[in-house]
Amino acid sequence: MDSQKLETILDKHDRQPAALLAILQDIQEEENYLPKEDVQQVAKALSISLARVYSLATFFSSFSLEPRGKHICTVCMGTACHVRGAPKLVDHIRREFDVPETGTTKDLNLTLETVNCVGACALGPLLILDQEYHSNMTPAKLDRVLKPIKQD
Amino acid sequence: MAVQDEQKVSFQIEGRSYQGIREESLLGALRRYGYEVPSLCYHEAVSPYGACRLCLVEVQKGKRRKLTTSCNYPVLEGIEVFLDTEKVVSTRKMVLQLLLAQAPEARSVRELAEEYGVTDTPFKKDEGNACISCGLCARVCKEIVGADAIGFAGRGLGKRMVSPYDETNQACIGCAACVVVCPTDCIGLKEENGIRSIERWHRDLPMKNCKVCERPFAPTFQLNHFADQIGVEKSHFDTCPNCR
Ligand code: SF4
Ligand code: SF4
Ligand code: FES
Ligand code: FES
Repeated sequence: MDSQKLETILDKHDRQPAALLAILQDIQEEENYLPKEDVQQVAKALSISLARVYSLATFFSSFSLEPRGKHICTVCMGTACHVRGAPKLVDHIRREFDVPETGTTKDLNLTLETVNCVGACALGPLLILDQEYHSNMTPAKLDRVLKPIKQD
Repeated sequence: MAVQDEQKVSFQIEGRSYQGIREESLLGALRRYGYEVPSLCYHEAVSPYGACRLCLVEVQKGKRRKLTTSCNYPVLEGIEVFLDTEKVVSTRKMVLQLLLAQAPEARSVRELAEEYGVTDTPFKKDEGNACISCGLCARVCKEIVGADAIGFAGRGLGKRMVSPYDETNQACIGCAACVVVCPTDCIGLKEENGIRSIERWHRDLPMKNCKVCERPFAPTFQLNHFADQIGVEKSHFDTCPNCR
């Protein structure tokens, strides 16, 4: 994040150590992840040890320390979705987008993640794309859903 | 330190009466009176954290009796403490099984487990690990040393004690206090060719040689830090404690 932007976020929260969480959230919101330099800068600006900030940043699963794509695609790999063919979906996406099993494409377009059971087993296999749920997924349906993202 | 009368409380251990200080650590009091209670994550100089769960006792307070860790249990008026009850021992055995799974490489855990007849664990082992994630190193680093260089990353089962980003720790002054207190000896200290390495935190610091005996005795970085802290000239630490 450019330093001007970070300064704005810090100022917005009056550089209060108590606002650490909110500051990290703002950075995550902007960048889709917490860049290392920003985390270090925040620690310095708030006079909190890097160890504390790092602990907090790794505690909440809503933060990511790795770059994340513009689009987030989450495939449920819970038991029910698994037997209904979720691994095939994952393979398909990996082939189409050249992305590691859980990771991000080089152009930061897409991040592929897997989760265990999101509690909608009857609708499986389930895929969540940018917070939208898609049920009863098949590779054919997948192509349709992913098309706009591929062109993005 | 003089203890005010109103801070004194009477309580019982195994049916015998003792005086303690209100809200002090129960484990601290037990140790003071010579009782043996196993523990790995307690140090009287820093705040208790209740991580290893070995210091279990049963405490009766009024009508209620419960199993609790003693390091972070405050001494209160009228409590009755029981040490190695059946419940305590059987729970402690399970705790030892969990610790064996968490840190199969920790010798202190294995030895303690053996004392309790626990030689194996039904839980899945975290192979190669010796750290019990007790946080004692970080508490000492923060509360005593004041460097606050290390902390937990992650949470739950994935919780790990690391240097931020698991990289060279620039905040670590190389004092090795964490190495000394670590109950499972999994931090690692090496001194070679005038360099002190705190291995777990990837910190290598050149040592200062004593002006008199010419032997390296402490990292220059640490000595400068101390000099700043207590407000003396850096030259104050030109000679080692032995030659001073
Ligand atoms: S050696 Fe480093 S990490 Fe350990 S207590 Fe000292 S400053 Fe903290
Ligand atoms: S390194 Fe040692 S002191 Fe630190 S959390 Fe692990 S076991 Fe505890
Ligand atoms: S297994 Fe996928 S929703 Fe339950
Ligand atoms: S000493 Fe009490 S929980 Fe570890």
